[in-house]
Amino acid sequence: MAWALPATVFFLLFAIVPLILVAVLSFTSWSGLGDPVFNGLDNWTKLFDDPVMIKSLWLSVLLTGLGVVVQTPLSILLGVWAAGSQRNRAVLSAVFFVPLLLSATAVSILWRSLLDPNFGVPSQMKWLFGDGNLFGNQSTAIGVLVFVAAWQFTPLHTLIYQGATRAIPEVLYQAAAIDGAGRVRQFFHVTLPQLRNAIITSMILMIVGGLTTFDTVLILTQGGPGTDTTISAYYMYDKAFKGFDYGTGAAVALLLVVVATVISLIVVRVSGFDKMAGTQEGVS
Amino acid sequence: MRQRPNYLAGIATLCWLVLVGLPVYVMLGASFQSQSDFSAAGPLSWPAHFTFDNFVSDFQNGFGQYFLNTVIVTVCVVAIVALLVPPLAFAIVRNIGRRSTRSVFRLFLLGLAVPAQAVIVPMFYVMSQLGLYDNLIGVILPTAAFCLPVCALILTGTMREIAPELFEAMTVDGASTHRVFFQLVVPLSRGGLSTIVVFSALQAWNGFLFPLVLTQSESSKVITLGLYNFRTQYGTNVPGLLAAVLMSTVPILLVYLFARRALIQGLMGVGGK
Repeated sequence: MAWALPATVFFLLFAIVPLILVAVLSFTSWSGLGDPVFNGLDNWTKLFDDPVMIKSLWLSVLLTGLGVVVQTPLSILLGVWAAGSQRNRAVLSAVFFVPLLLSATAVSILWRSLLDPNFGVPSQMKWLFGDGNLFGNQSTAIGVLVFVAAWQFTPLHTLIYQGATRAIPEVLYQAAAIDGAGRVRQFFHVTLPQLRNAIITSMILMIVGGLTTFDTVLILTQGGPGTDTTISAYYMYDKAFKGFDYGTGAAVALLLVVVATVISLIVVRVSGFDKMAGTQEGVS
Repeated sequence: MRQRPNYLAGIATLCWLVLVGLPVYVMLGASFQSQSDFSAAGPLSWPAHFTFDNFVSDFQNGFGQYFLNTVIVTVCVVAIVALLVPPLAFAIVRNIGRRSTRSVFRLFLLGLAVPAQAVIVPMFYVMSQLGLYDNLIGVILPTAAFCLPVCALILTGTMREIAPELFEAMTVDGASTHRVFFQLVVPLSRGGLSTIVVFSALQAWNGFLFPLVLTQSESSKVITLGLYNFRTQYGTNVPGLLAAVLMSTVPILLVYLFARRALIQGLMGVGGK
């Protein structure tokens, strides 16, 4: 047990204690100077009357949902492909990996520069992009955020699916082929069901990741236009570190954790993932 | 049956390659162009006259300091992770039957789901109280703590693969737990060790939120914050900005190229014995 102690103490101090503190701080008023003052449910009642807060939660859920819808089919397709035995596959897989290595800051700055309203690609292709200012209205700004998140994170999910696809027993495909199933039917009746656990894992990662997206919003849109891309994580930062209202910031943070946990639990429960039903049943 | 080329996925892959390649191409193209050439020729241009001026001006604007700070943070985070995680994983793998060990393991699994945003306000409070605000140590500690869950998971996975007979053989020979750890477990876990080193190095190098909230002065800024600063400072100097982005990613790509080999060697070491 002594072997596990240093890491456990360290982790408790710098991850779990702050997590408990965030709950405590959400019932206080603190401006960053002096000590936090207990103020009961003040932050919480204010929050639930705050239209921007409600909107930010909705935007977080919307962005996360769009992320799942865009990234899941794409990464399954790419992952299944990468699990095959094509020539050049290794090289291409290595290139896929590049966005994962870059910081969210680097990724956001790259795309911000590329999509800049004044000198970026859209300003030169107005026939496609209208006035060229993708950051000027809500729907295109959200589109950019979804696109950049997909650019950055699809490789990670592709890796998950690639590994899961490799683990599918070849005998299932042979059996399906004997039954006369074509490539498409094999995909829907063998590959997809076998990937169930991978899909759940990857979706939970997408949900937690999506709800806590922050750097990308800060650099790409600053929550704008107006508050049209002010998702909860950004709103928390804005409240606490720009508005010096740390108590409310803590409340938003706690709310975010609760929402992320609840959604993940629902996904796990609905999918039957918690019963740890093997995908291999009936194989042997 | 599966050997036939899958055209649909193949086409999707090619599209994806273009999408991944495009920003990288623009970054390289812009970094070596003067600002006036870039504005005249547009974002998709390739430099007609190569220049290193952008890199020089980045260093004049403090890139060197940012770089040094990031190196310090990364080295310290990797050191903490490499010191703490192997004994932890060893304890978990060898004593998973015990209730206390299982609770520890569950704690770290729970930690997997905690996003950094959740603790950023209390972290700011704690670091202010400890007098570590605007100090690189204040960035290093939480960054390392948030690497622990994933690294513990990876390394326990690797250590589980070590055959129980090897432990028995060493114990029969009268080896102490320390000897088992240093002479059996550590050498046989090299693959997993390289993975957690690479993972924590990436996290530390790319970290943004902790430095953003826990540091303030120029002298304690890391690269990601420096880039964020440059973005507001530089205005239309996209080449200067992208040159800085390029410099921030080169070390990562080098580590990745090097670590791929180390990873494979580590895995071969396990398989060969």
